[in-house]
Amino acid sequence: MLSHGMKQTGSISLNHLQGVIFAILNPWVAIGILLLLAFFSTYMTALSWADLTYVLPATSLGYVLLALVARFLLREHVSPLRWLGIALITGGVGFIAGGPELTEHPKAAELDDQRAVAATSSPLLSKDASSRAPNGVRS
Amino acid sequence: MKGVYTWGAILVIVFASVVGDVLLARAMKQVGDVGALRRRVGLLAVIRRTLGNPNFLFGVIAMAVAFFSLLFALSWGDVSLVAPAAASLTFIGNAVAAKIFLHERVDRRRWIAASLVAAGVALLAG
Repeated sequence: MLSHGMKQTGSISLNHLQGVIFAILNPWVAIGILLLLAFFSTYMTALSWADLTYVLPATSLGYVLLALVARFLLREHVSPLRWLGIALITGGVGFIAGGPELTEHPKAAELDDQRAVAATSSPLLSKDASSRAPNGVRS
Repeated sequence: MKGVYTWGAILVIVFASVVGDVLLARAMKQVGDVGALRRRVGLLAVIRRTLGNPNFLFGVIAMAVAFFSLLFALSWGDVSLVAPAAASLTFIGNAVAAKIFLHERVDRRRWIAASLVAAGVALLAG
């Protein structure tokens, strides 16, 4: 989106800073910036729920989506090497998706009172099970 | 000589974006579960709390540094080298940094996933 809009407005030189304002007024650039903001806020939300080493590889599915959009909507040519790249990313994301999403720290339970209640009410649960307990609590 | 500059810039990008990601992740762990917080105190309070977190601010600054060093690197080297090298090294660097600084349990499954994704991104971005 951003690159589409910026190609429409043409190159911006430092001597003509008012060009930047025209660029922001371009609807494609505006939509691009809004989408980037949306990406950033959802990324932060995901980080509040899961580990960095879980969220980051998962966001790389965006590369795969980009390649698929390029192939089927823009009808660009996707080389076999890139298909291999897509396969590797998909495999890697599938790999972490099967594992636990959050490393449980003893302190983390104290921070969130809901979780602390859940943890004390079921002391017999193993570490892995207690990490999933808050999802099961109906409040 | 140009190669040294390019690789130096790539290292700066990777370092800055890893620092940024770790700080952002730490900030969000301090803010807490966004979904539960939103139900309790409302969306605006969550945003205010996030923006007021010093780790968040430094994380965003580090991300900005990474972005501008990417621009520098692109002016010195080819896109086909800089983009895949920076992107895939960031994944590996993040796995190491998350283990050391965030004390995440990076088990074999996550190492394999990080390397697979890094290799895939290198192939795709190249």
